[in-house]
Amino acid sequence: MPADRRSERFVAREQRELRRELLIEPLAELGLVAMNGPNDPEPSLVIEDGRVVELDGRPEHEWDALDHFVVANGLDLEVAQEAATLADETIARMLVDVDVPRADLVRLSRGLTPARLARVIAMLDPVELMFALKKLRARRAPANQAHVTNLKENPALLAADAAEAAARGFAEIETTVGVSRYAPLNALAILVGSQTGRPGVMTQCAVEERLNLRLAIAGLVTYAETLSVYGTERVFVDGDDTPWSKAFLASAYASRGVKVRFTSGGGSEALMGESEGKSMLYLEARCLALVRAAGSQGVQNGSISCVALVLAVPGGTREVLAENVLAAWLDLEVASGNDAISSHSAIRKTAKLMGQFLPGTDFVTSGYSSMPRYDNMFGGGNYDSDDLDEWLTIQRDWQVDAGIEPLDEESALAVRERAARAIQAVFDAFGFPPVTEEEVRLATTCLDSRDLPDRDRAADVVAADRVLAEGLSALDVARALDERGFPEVAAAVFDMQRHRVAADYLQTSAIIAADGTVVSAVNDENRYTGPGTGYRLEGERWERLQRLPYAIDARLLGAAQGAASPVEVLGPAARGESADEVVIAVGPAFGAALSETINGLAHGDVLAELAAGVREEGGVPRIVRITRSSDVAFIGHDGARLSGSGIAVGLQSKGTALIHRADLEPLDNLELFGMAPSLTLASYRQIGRNAAGYALGHAVAPVPTVLDNFARAKLIVRTTLLHARETAEVVRGGEPVELMLGAVVATTAS
Amino acid sequence: MSFDPSRDYPLGSTRPELVRTPGGIPLDELSLHGERVEASELRATPETLRLQADVARAAGRSQLADNLLRASELAGLPDETILEIYTALRPGRSTAAELEGWAEQLESRAATTSAAFVREAARVYAKRGLLAG
Repeated sequence: MPADRRSERFVAREQRELRRELLIEPLAELGLVAMNGPNDPEPSLVIEDGRVVELDGRPEHEWDALDHFVVANGLDLEVAQEAATLADETIARMLVDVDVPRADLVRLSRGLTPARLARVIAMLDPVELMFALKKLRARRAPANQAHVTNLKENPALLAADAAEAAARGFAEIETTVGVSRYAPLNALAILVGSQTGRPGVMTQCAVEERLNLRLAIAGLVTYAETLSVYGTERVFVDGDDTPWSKAFLASAYASRGVKVRFTSGGGSEALMGESEGKSMLYLEARCLALVRAAGSQGVQNGSISCVALVLAVPGGTREVLAENVLAAWLDLEVASGNDAISSHSAIRKTAKLMGQFLPGTDFVTSGYSSMPRYDNMFGGGNYDSDDLDEWLTIQRDWQVDAGIEPLDEESALAVRERAARAIQAVFDAFGFPPVTEEEVRLATTCLDSRDLPDRDRAADVVAADRVLAEGLSALDVARALDERGFPEVAAAVFDMQRHRVAADYLQTSAIIAADGTVVSAVNDENRYTGPGTGYRLEGERWERLQRLPYAIDARLLGAAQGAASPVEVLGPAARGESADEVVIAVGPAFGAALSETINGLAHGDVLAELAAGVREEGGVPRIVRITRSSDVAFIGHDGARLSGSGIAVGLQSKGTALIHRADLEPLDNLELFGMAPSLTLASYRQIGRNAAGYALGHAVAPVPTVLDNFARAKLIVRTTLLHARETAEVVRGGEPVELMLGAVVATTAS
Repeated sequence: MSFDPSRDYPLGSTRPELVRTPGGIPLDELSLHGERVEASELRATPETLRLQADVARAAGRSQLADNLLRASELAGLPDETILEIYTALRPGRSTAAELEGWAEQLESRAATTSAAFVREAARVYAKRGLLAG
């Protein structure tokens, strides 16, 4: 574009956050196509003598390891024969048919090939996908997962953040490490913190498998979601795994009491340059067929770390949602992404989020950054602690449970301090480098880890090594807590070990409620079959989620503020005779039930300014109260009819004003000042001057007003409540009364 | 009372008498202040994992059940053995004979499902060039 001919509007838009991202046209050969790619295979399943001999267009000798794995472990051939008789459209309709129960659809999915699954799910539009997701989610109630990390790997801060996340209702908390040797300490801090905040929260530390298994054996973690799978054999092998090695690892974790969730997601194969030219959704369907065949109870998907790549192509957001729906359809627990930053644009990011937020998933995010993004070590923080109030408010707006509970500041501080002290006690008991009083104090109150002092990292690493070398376990942690005055945290940590013994949380979509009950798709399955069924946010839970610490009692806003009245009532008001008289007509609550305007100007001061303005211009002010209406037009018009000049200023208690004339229609006026919040005392003085100018026939320039387009959003609640208070003072058929500005405000009039 | 996998979940709260630690402590007697409580007691036994596999199967989740069955077989194996088998199953690590060796070792410890799983891998690895060499 030539620099001398640019549209300033285009230039302005180029500066928006959105434009920091690249949007591209589909490029199928690189796998940069969301769904229904030109190279995706035609679905097929040929069975001969009870054996599959062709899968999605490929005869057995062309199968890769993924095909072999899915055929060997992931297809129900009896159901496949039923499915073969159903048209794609029929199955797509069943997905959104409220009368087809989830169980029937889950069964049907066992007979569908990856290409068929991808094709059918791609037939649903965004709203149909959301509906299908609501219906297909495995667990009845949605939940959420938090990320807890900090750049200094400070144990007190980790514990405090884990405690607050737990107290906010997150069912799982994940941490990771900057330096892998720190893993035992971070896992320990998260365990102690989470059990301080709410007993039963499950925790994980995302590290390499060998280390992770050792942490699990020590009872320091209870779940893992680090088992990544990919939709092509080449990427799988590049990742140094096969479907069998990953499935074996999953069994190994389960044998040590670790709940396992695989990880997959669109775009990863394209990113690694080995998409085989297939669409993202088709490759994800292969992943998910494999995940189920491997016997995983669940998956985190919805593109996860590649989400920004998927969103670069047309239909990307829909593809991500389709992945989640597909996983739920395959009867897998779904932790539905929304953890990696999906867009620079808050609008775009949240538009994407609604796909999971509104239907609800087993974990709406697979990691909500419960601390500021600065401290997020997952390369994430799509939503972080700064966004908590928005998240809670949007839950309240939609009456939707997206798994986060409100927590008031005092409770947050209390639980944070308790957790920091608990980890301080454990460190002391184990002879680890001390957690200082200053660290406890700052971990409780800080913004992020920059506020905390640096620890002796070399000494901490030695302590971390000791955990594994000496075989320190969650039992030792519980005992230390019990001995040092944290019996309730000790009991919670020990209860997590009892859960390991019973292994109930290995079942699909399992989480642990605060009372210690394991809740999963086995004992609390989603049986949604239309309005009035399934999970609904109502009753006590809805009460809890709507009661935000920053929501206020409406009754307090409209109440009288208890100030002495600035006006005295003289008696009934009659029509004035003097041609220089300007009536200032106020509303029924003015200077009585209400004492200041919406932006906090004292009624006495406003009256004094109006009167002074009238006098400055040569008029004579006279004050009356209109009692029959709270409408500013009628207040003003009634005032004008009482005025000797026929001119009046009408003034509501909230500060809205107009200048009226007796011969105009009530709803007409000379000047209207509807933007009460932007009116100052000087504005009221000018309104008084103008009113007198009209009365005396002077040339009058309208009072300048400020336009604030946010005033309505900001003040509409206050406006409503103040107006309601004024309207409550209305006396049907009430006569106007004469007022006198009292001595109370004489000193403030300038 | 016999175990009913479609009714008795969660085991920990519904049928605690069926759940014991590796050393035989009943779940209900497992407490922080209990005398015999050691870290090695705080894990699921092969028997408990098998009950969980039954629960999964009763809920229609045959693959999850198979996974939990493999887990029950692996529960008694040392960590190092498990990690060695995992490594052996990674691409290009093992010859067919080495994988067969692991399968036989698993079989000798009554881990028949896991053994079959390793053999299934070996067959496909041979076809897909995922064996060592």
